[in-house]
Amino acid sequence: MSGVPILSLVTFLPLVGALLILLIRDDGDAARRNIRNVALLTTVFTFAVSLLIWIYFDNAEAGFQFVEKAAWLDSGISYHMGVDGISMLFVILTTFLMPLCILASWESVEKRVKEYMIAFLILETLMIGVFCALDIVLFYVFFEAGLIPMFIIIGVWGGKRRVYASFKFFLFTLLGSVLMLLAVMAMFWQAGTTDIPTLLAYDFPANMQTWLWLAFFASFAVKMPMWPVHTWLPDAHVEAPTAGSVILAGILLKMGGYGFLRFSLPMFPLASEFFAPLVFAMSAIAIVYTSLVALMQEDIKKLIAYSSVAHMGYVTMGIFAMNEAGVQGAIFQMLSHGLVSGALFLCVGVVYDRMHTREIAAYGGLVNNMPKYAVAFLIFTMANVGLPGTSGFVGEFLTLFGVFQVNTWVALIAATGVILSAAYALWLYRRVVFGALTKESLKGLFDLSGREKVVLYPLIILVIFYGVYPAPVFDATTASVKALINNVTVSIDAAQTAAAN
Amino acid sequence: MTPELLSSLSLSAPELIIALGALALLMIGVFSGERANSTVTGLAVALLVAAGAWMLVFGHDGSGYGTAFVSDAFARFMKFLTLLGAAVTLIMSVGFAKAEKFDKFEFPVLVLLATLGMLLMISANDMLALYLGLELQSLALYVIAAINRDNVRSTEAGLKYFVLGALSSGMLLYGISLVYGYTGHTSFEAIAAALTGGERQLGLVFGLVFVLAGLCFKISAVPFHMWTPDVYEGAPTPVTAFFAAAPKMAAMALIVRVTMGAFEPIGTDWQQIIVFVSIASMALGAFAAIGQKNIKRLMAYSSIGHMGYALVGLAANSEAGVRGVVIYMLIYLVMTLGTFAFILAMRRKDGNVEQISDLAGLSSTNPVMATILTILMFSLAGIPPLAGFWGKWYVFLAAINANLYALAVIGVLASVVGAFYYLRIIKIMWFDEPVGGFQPMAGELRLVLGLSGAFVLFYVLIGGPIGQMAEAAAKTFF
Repeated sequence: MSGVPILSLVTFLPLVGALLILLIRDDGDAARRNIRNVALLTTVFTFAVSLLIWIYFDNAEAGFQFVEKAAWLDSGISYHMGVDGISMLFVILTTFLMPLCILASWESVEKRVKEYMIAFLILETLMIGVFCALDIVLFYVFFEAGLIPMFIIIGVWGGKRRVYASFKFFLFTLLGSVLMLLAVMAMFWQAGTTDIPTLLAYDFPANMQTWLWLAFFASFAVKMPMWPVHTWLPDAHVEAPTAGSVILAGILLKMGGYGFLRFSLPMFPLASEFFAPLVFAMSAIAIVYTSLVALMQEDIKKLIAYSSVAHMGYVTMGIFAMNEAGVQGAIFQMLSHGLVSGALFLCVGVVYDRMHTREIAAYGGLVNNMPKYAVAFLIFTMANVGLPGTSGFVGEFLTLFGVFQVNTWVALIAATGVILSAAYALWLYRRVVFGALTKESLKGLFDLSGREKVVLYPLIILVIFYGVYPAPVFDATTASVKALINNVTVSIDAAQTAAAN
Repeated sequence: MTPELLSSLSLSAPELIIALGALALLMIGVFSGERANSTVTGLAVALLVAAGAWMLVFGHDGSGYGTAFVSDAFARFMKFLTLLGAAVTLIMSVGFAKAEKFDKFEFPVLVLLATLGMLLMISANDMLALYLGLELQSLALYVIAAINRDNVRSTEAGLKYFVLGALSSGMLLYGISLVYGYTGHTSFEAIAAALTGGERQLGLVFGLVFVLAGLCFKISAVPFHMWTPDVYEGAPTPVTAFFAAAPKMAAMALIVRVTMGAFEPIGTDWQQIIVFVSIASMALGAFAAIGQKNIKRLMAYSSIGHMGYALVGLAANSEAGVRGVVIYMLIYLVMTLGTFAFILAMRRKDGNVEQISDLAGLSSTNPVMATILTILMFSLAGIPPLAGFWGKWYVFLAAINANLYALAVIGVLASVVGAFYYLRIIKIMWFDEPVGGFQPMAGELRLVLGLSGAFVLFYVLIGGPIGQMAEAAAKTFF
């Protein structure tokens, strides 16, 4: 595989598709069909190419692989790409979810199909770039540029309050990120480089770490999102079109967790140690509080959005447990949540396309005329609850296990979240799917169409497969996670010895 | 002729080209009347291009006319920007002049004279040369602001600009006299030498404050910005475009040269002033623009904010800072020209429109125009990977290096507030229902808008060489 710039290829392939779509004149049904087909083919092809990354990935190697480096801007800012065990699977997750998103919007998006598909393909390029970038400025560019297509997607194809939601999404995220930008500049002057591998090896002075950590935290906590800066998420989720919600929950949120793992933990270990109790507290509050809030929701999408915030609480908690179980669990939880929450939003999309309402009260008894849908929805609901045998269980268990070793009380509070999640998820399921089919409007609903099966069935298979046999994921991540934990512990120990002397 | 004079003349050849050319064009205009308007405009653009080409081919470092006139990498870079701004606005004015009955041959001639003043400002290395250049520029600009003399708003704009401009020139002159009184020199080097080592006198600080106040007026930095929104709104749009582009380049270059040249030894004094002006401009530019309904008025506040960002680089008082200023001005120029090409193209059947609400639903009626303006707006808001982000990157990078953390934090927070009103324009174009499209764009506007959009979008690919040029320009002072 040496010599083939496979990461750049995967990153920029969607952009090529976007250019092709740009050339298609948007008039009539035939053109629209062509646009959809080009978008689908591009994303499927990108996914196929990205699988090569996993196939040729060396599980034993802890460092970065498939590295590409080229001079770019002055001040030593370079175009530097590469993946390690932590980032590689997020690339695959992105490329995997994209074809499903395109398929999910096949019929539901009717106006401005061309702009829609272009926005999604650009977004894919930017998301893959975030996980591949090995220069912190390049990372920031990909990270921030993603706001542009997402803003347009929510604002143009969103629901009633789309303008409010899109502005809130954009400005919240931007506010967090600009502080990180200043921290990046400070790191540049301190270490003389923006190269991530070099920065990983650099020891920042302890008091500087505190400020840098806080600045990065501002950005990632908003993106994640952590309580109390999570309020943009329910709005954005509710108003975004189905595919937008899938991308938002499936991938954009993971950038926050990925950022903690790539920057906060290894570059500022002392500050991470210092602030870990704060993160634990915020995570525990997020898990309990947002689960309670989710119980009270009357809008299906909003309920799932709050459940996302709660699940991200496990991720932050696991990351800052700073032991192998916690971090492995956090990564697994992020990947699993990407599949499960994406699938749940797709399930909402299925009924929304038929009924054009997201109100829980408008549904009931769907099991009677949509049995296949009921089964699919049940599996994803169970995975969301964290039932053993689904992928949701593995991540939740490992993060709780990791945190338990560090702080029993936090683990205890977080574990109650598992019960609460069962309460809101099962109650939702009961209100939407079970019961008698009394509402006239629901009686004419068809079960899953062929297209919807293609979208949902692969997700079912993966959710159960990784619930039963999570080893392929851990094989890829273990080496990098071990190296990460090792670096962090060594730095913290060294600082403690220095302080003792 | 003495060899010294000859070398001085060759050093200032671009200025001479424009000065003689402007006089000749004035004659052509007077004798052939209104028929010659487009010829005069075309020749004026040719003169600007010729001056730029001369600099490119024969430009060299050196000083002339005693030490009053200096040519170096920084001067040439900023002169290019000024010439570019002037030439492009002249090109853009052609269609507008025909449509709006505003074709007066005086306009290109006055633009040339103003540009001549700007070039002299950029090369000024002496307080007197500075003042002469500035006044030549200002006098021409006063007339240009009021050039649509049958229009009440244009006349009002001209008068307002004249009164406030005269006040600021007075302050500047008073400051110069104080500086001269306390140092005994007008040449920048001599002032710097006199300031080095010696005890700092209070009167001198007064002089510094007055000089900077006069200069801040020219870049419309807060608290000397009051004229900007009214003049931007009142003046005919090509004139506004010119105001937003060329004079800002020259005045910013002048501020950099005065602070880095003459007042270099008392850096800590002017640094405080620049920090304050910068913060005030960024904040006012961000907050005051939110409520605007007229797009030209909005651009006025936007330009106030952008001058604040450029000053962040200057406040750092370092080579990295000057590099930031230079790159920022280049990017600001391109974005401004593109945006004004768009504003000039906001035409319905019954004439030009200027309200932001007129843009509603433009993404379905004029998708290409809307897309490019969207790119420009995201760039003005400073979202990567667009050019506007890199401008901010370089100035804030310098500020962080100079430990100006408060300035940097306030600056980026102001940029988030500023993003709100740029987003509002995008929202109106993309999310709102259409109210009817615009007439097809004229060829020259299309070209300017397209090039500007391409520059902003592809800056990531060409940023390396631009950064090197800017670095060479910044080295001048270090």
